[in-house]
Amino acid sequence: MEPMTTQATMPEVDSERKSCCAGGQGADRLALGGRALKSGSGRYLAAVAGGLVGWWLLYRELAPLATWMTHTLLPLTPGTHLAPTIEFFVFEVPKVLMLLLLVVFGVGIIRSFFTPERTRRILAGQRESVGTVLAGLLGIVTPFCSCSAVPLFLGFVTAGIPLGVSLTFLISAPMVNEVALVLLYGMLGWKVAAIYMTTGLAIAMVSGWTIGRLRMEKHVEEWVYQAQTGESGPEKRLDWGERVRYGLDAVREIVGKVWLYVVLGIAVGAGIHGYIPENFLAGIMGRSAWWSVPLLVLIGVPMYSNAAGMIPVVEALLAKGAALGTVLAFMMAVISISTPEAIILRKVLKPRLIAVFMGVVTVGILIVGYLFNLLPLQEIVTKGHVLP
Amino acid sequence: MKTITVYGPGCMKCQKTEEIVRQAVEAAGIQATVVKVSDAQKMIGAGIMSTPAVAVDGVVKATGRVPQPDEMHRWILE
Repeated sequence: MEPMTTQATMPEVDSERKSCCAGGQGADRLALGGRALKSGSGRYLAAVAGGLVGWWLLYRELAPLATWMTHTLLPLTPGTHLAPTIEFFVFEVPKVLMLLLLVVFGVGIIRSFFTPERTRRILAGQRESVGTVLAGLLGIVTPFCSCSAVPLFLGFVTAGIPLGVSLTFLISAPMVNEVALVLLYGMLGWKVAAIYMTTGLAIAMVSGWTIGRLRMEKHVEEWVYQAQTGESGPEKRLDWGERVRYGLDAVREIVGKVWLYVVLGIAVGAGIHGYIPENFLAGIMGRSAWWSVPLLVLIGVPMYSNAAGMIPVVEALLAKGAALGTVLAFMMAVISISTPEAIILRKVLKPRLIAVFMGVVTVGILIVGYLFNLLPLQEIVTKGHVLP
Repeated sequence: MKTITVYGPGCMKCQKTEEIVRQAVEAAGIQATVVKVSDAQKMIGAGIMSTPAVAVDGVVKATGRVPQPDEMHRWILE
């Protein structure tokens, strides 16, 4: 390898955004040595089991704990604005963090089974129809880092995976984020999480398929097709001790970076919960305001936030009467496409394709927003709430 | 002399990886060249699809994660 000067060819991306290159993934190449690990597999699993039990016991006590802290420990009158705000905050912070811990750990373990290399192998040689569906699904479980978007895209293209299929993956991976899904589940109920996942996948698959139909291969930078790919060697199978270690690595990395966003997001959500009148937002974001969907989607597109920080704001907005479709659309727009991502993709896609890519996804999100504003789904959301 | 290659476009994790590599080389007290590769074409040429990634003398040791210092130490001395 000839020496190269260290150069950042890509802008500094906020790595918190999409579990960027989170620890515990890339299982193939691992030489964990594992003198202690292999022999300690059993111990690791026992420790995990113990941890799960402890987690469950604590989790059950969070709501009563929050109520007690707000109304007994601190002298706050129930009728004021401050009381529900504090209670919301004191309940939601440990609850969300605990959910995060659990989920990131679990997903870390799942990801030790799926790697970009394996995804590439699975997708190569598939018919476009099958490949599109698989790519959407694999996007959920394959570790994806925005800074790896380029090598990953290269890897897909050089394996002969069609453009549309690769793009489906690039849409689904950041959007249908397992952190987002489980937090949606924890805070709003399984129906909202299921809706988010299904519509996110649908957008990814339809967008990718549409772009595939548009035959825009000419708008991929030429050097991508000329890239030579090497083989990084045989895969390594991991034992359970190593998998557990990946899960723990993932927790340390992701939760370690994301927790502050979560706390801030909950603080904002708590403020909305306590201080904004019940139906204030219904006027702006409720079903009757047709322009709320495009407005929020257009605001959200260039922005990005990690999923964890978005969720509490989403919940508070919904609790205050904002329409489900509008809020989901806003969340999707923020999490999926963004200006930094466009900049990164510029390396492999020509401007027109980037524009089409973003445009198609935006249209998809808009449709989802309107669709769910039309359906009587408001009942689904309120059931997930725990606080009065 | 060993060549250690760090693959990454420059995000925080990739910089951290480079730091760990340099520290490991120093701690091991051996001569080694540390090379940083941010070119995606070179990455895929080495079969790497997720960064950060580390290779020692052309053999890829880890992809898609920041290596632990003790692992790095071991790989250098292999």
